[in-house]
Amino acid sequence: MKEHDRRSFLKIAGASIGIGALYKVLPVAAMSGSAGEMLGELGRKNGEKMTPFTFVQMSDTHVGFNGPPNPLGTKAFEAAVATVNSLPQAPDLVLFTGDLTHDSENKDEHAGRMKLFRDISKNIKAGKIVYVPGEHDAGLDGGALFRDNFGETHYSFDHRGVHFVALDNVSRAKPEVGKEQLAWLEKDLARFPKTAPIVVFTHRPLFDLKPEWEWFTSDGDDVMNILHRYDNVTVLYGHIHRDDEHEEGNIHHFGAKSLIFGFPDPQKSAMKKPMPFDKDHPFQNLGIRSLDVTGAGVQPHEVELTMREFSGMNGIHQLLKEQSI
Amino acid sequence: MSREKLAVSAAMGMLVLFLTLAMSKPQPAHAEGPRVIDITAKRFAFAPSSVSLKKGETVTLRIHSEDVTHGFFSRQLKIDETVEAGKTAEVTLTPQTAGTFTTICDHFCGAGHGNMSMTFVVE
Repeated sequence: MKEHDRRSFLKIAGASIGIGALYKVLPVAAMSGSAGEMLGELGRKNGEKMTPFTFVQMSDTHVGFNGPPNPLGTKAFEAAVATVNSLPQAPDLVLFTGDLTHDSENKDEHAGRMKLFRDISKNIKAGKIVYVPGEHDAGLDGGALFRDNFGETHYSFDHRGVHFVALDNVSRAKPEVGKEQLAWLEKDLARFPKTAPIVVFTHRPLFDLKPEWEWFTSDGDDVMNILHRYDNVTVLYGHIHRDDEHEEGNIHHFGAKSLIFGFPDPQKSAMKKPMPFDKDHPFQNLGIRSLDVTGAGVQPHEVELTMREFSGMNGIHQLLKEQSI
Repeated sequence: MSREKLAVSAAMGMLVLFLTLAMSKPQPAHAEGPRVIDITAKRFAFAPSSVSLKKGETVTLRIHSEDVTHGFFSRQLKIDETVEAGKTAEVTLTPQTAGTFTTICDHFCGAGHGNMSMTFVVE
């Protein structure tokens, strides 16, 4: 790799720290002919032509948490905000997938934590910031505090040809979506052809990742039965404080790291216990990594790459499947 | 006192003693029914934290919440119960597979909720 290329690569990698996930969608100019034709066809079918854009997922900031697994409070969150703001181009969207705050029995204290979350997140330079609650935001009050700050706990919107769906699987206190929301989801998606690119963002995994650790949604199968009617579905979620990829039929699920502490691999650990804080690597297991600049160049340490950066055809494959045309 | 009266008094005394003993003896909540196991739910633990069961034995779990609403959930044992604040819920099950099964509180109950669990050891 030429020095220039290497620097460019490292610059991109460095710009990627501190974020749950960064998704680059459809750089059309770089596309092969078949991909361009595919998008044109999708645009005709979906009613809105897809155009390139970038969005970011951030998760589990747990503002207000104070304990041994992370004595630094909001530092990682603030670092992540700075990182997003250092991207060469501001993302169109930032999706927060829940547990914005750590809960408190004291309503005023919880409201203060939500205010602090808003004070930090308002510094993010992005076209639009959207949110879903986690159980620590909405489990004790049925989502009242969340609604006071951000509006409804489930909703949808379109952005440059992609349909985004915010699902709430926390505010009923149990890990469930509920019949009303299921009916809403079915109705919301009914206007789309089966080829429409759909991004669902929610807090808990919609499949049985680890029920013994409450890493599931009890009526997730009902959600999946609706989503399986569509060819190009991506589900982004938080809650598990670690990376995870899971594919089921047409649906690709991605779990994100947190910005407070990590959880271990459930296949290797019997205990659901936060990863211990390491003062030498304070952002280890979080959506961040450290980079040392030395005479030899930029050296990454603890490359716990929390990013999934998609560009070119990878970006297309993330959201679309060619055979769906 | 005549012998007859003495005999009647003695019989009455025996009857009273028998009834007293019978009433003071602990009774299963479900007479002639499944074994009953009492479990207490209180933020953020279940007590006892582990219960031994026999494969094929039908038992009734009587779960009492001492504070707020809790859940009682195990995908493997097919348990999905809600125990409202201060109330008791019952679950009857007959485990068919040996092993250790974790049951969790799946109704968010506060900051320590994520680690509120107990195990059933089926032998």
